[in-house]
Amino acid sequence: MRERDLVIVGGGSAGLAAAIAAHDHGVRDILLLERDQYLGGILNQCIHTGFGLEYFKEVLTGPEYADRFIRKVRSIDDIEVSLRSFVVHLTGDKVLTYFRPGLLETVRARALIMATGCREKTREMIHIAGSRPAGIFSAGLAQKLINIEGLLPGNEVVIVGSGDIGLIMARRFTLEGARVKAIVEVQKNSRGLLRNLVQCVEDFGIPAYFSHMIARISGNKRVEKVIVARVDDTYTMIPGSEFEIACDTLLVSVGLIPENELIEMAGVRLDRKTNAPLSDEVNTTSIPGLFVCGNSFRVYDIVDSVTKDSSLAGRMAAEYLRGQ
Amino acid sequence: MMTRPITCIECPVGCRILVTVENGKVVKISGNKCPKGDLYSVSEIENPARILTSTVATRGMPLVMLPVRTDGPIPKTKLLEAMDEIRKIVVDRPVRTGEVIVKNFLQPGVNLIVTRDSSPDQSPREGCPGQSARSIRLINSAFDRTL
Repeated sequence: MRERDLVIVGGGSAGLAAAIAAHDHGVRDILLLERDQYLGGILNQCIHTGFGLEYFKEVLTGPEYADRFIRKVRSIDDIEVSLRSFVVHLTGDKVLTYFRPGLLETVRARALIMATGCREKTREMIHIAGSRPAGIFSAGLAQKLINIEGLLPGNEVVIVGSGDIGLIMARRFTLEGARVKAIVEVQKNSRGLLRNLVQCVEDFGIPAYFSHMIARISGNKRVEKVIVARVDDTYTMIPGSEFEIACDTLLVSVGLIPENELIEMAGVRLDRKTNAPLSDEVNTTSIPGLFVCGNSFRVYDIVDSVTKDSSLAGRMAAEYLRGQ
Repeated sequence: MMTRPITCIECPVGCRILVTVENGKVVKISGNKCPKGDLYSVSEIENPARILTSTVATRGMPLVMLPVRTDGPIPKTKLLEAMDEIRKIVVDRPVRTGEVIVKNFLQPGVNLIVTRDSSPDQSPREGCPGQSARSIRLINSAFDRTL
């Protein structure tokens, strides 16, 4: 079995920053595994601006932000990038098994950085009652369909939750000619950044219902309407407050869950509630030499912070290897 | 004279700013933590403008859609008109991140630029040369088929 000094799983913002920093700190044998056919991760579908203000002191879109790191990684010969490489197994002594087209590979990592990001929470996780018709999407999936695939998921949209991706998709749908009929948020205030509430929702006169929830989804084959209700301070539905909104599409934007099934398989202890590794120090886990960075360590508000902490993870891995 | 509360959108902090307006002009700004808020307040009251980001169709490229943005703010009132123009664009030659695809887009001095390489990341080209360009279309029909 081949052994590598450093294996990094995930070629998004976290993995790219970690790879560059590890190289800067002297690691000369790095394998970067990415399951997509391109580097850049979720930044590629985040075509809106707002990235890089802290790190580059410039206003960039997601793809532009990613591009800077991708070019840097591609310019370093010591970083081997393996695209369309999907890790399916991980052991406690850092042996990885991954698929790439036509092959099943196994590699032992002396140090390992997991930069696998998050998944979106789903409709099932927030327990919305009603039928299960087509037309229910997580906000990030809708973002991928529109921005990468060029497919508009629907014409009349209700968004549940006020996470940043949901707010940004409210604007995107509106610009593409769809009608966003409401944003429904159970909390009293926006979960997303205030600036997104202003430039994505208020700019376009989209109604935002705070302290409201979706009581029921209705529709046979396709979503036909949602029933919305007010909630009290304990998030309990107030009887008699229900009203209907006709729509063909429901976007769910209720937060992210770190994707950590692989390290769990390896025996790393996770926080049951957040799915993040239980750890006292940023980027570390209960297994020495196994680091986790970016949104799979904890959910960050902005990518600039992901870059900063993931660069630190690259340095920590370099230091760990030196101490071996 | 009137006082208007606005939220600065220049950075993730999102300062709440109080702007005092007299005859359509800003005379007093308070509450912002940095100078960006001053510029934003004046612009927001006197000539509200936004950077527009969207996608354009491609032909014969690995990517079906290519992300674009204006390289400066355009008036808020022109955003939908700008989208109509963007929908007409088809990119059929290789372009790089930052390249201008429409000069003086809707107004002098603002260009429409590409924000991703059309053949990203040196990966093998997987586009179909004969593929026809299409702008964003509805996928309802595709759903009906899968039901």
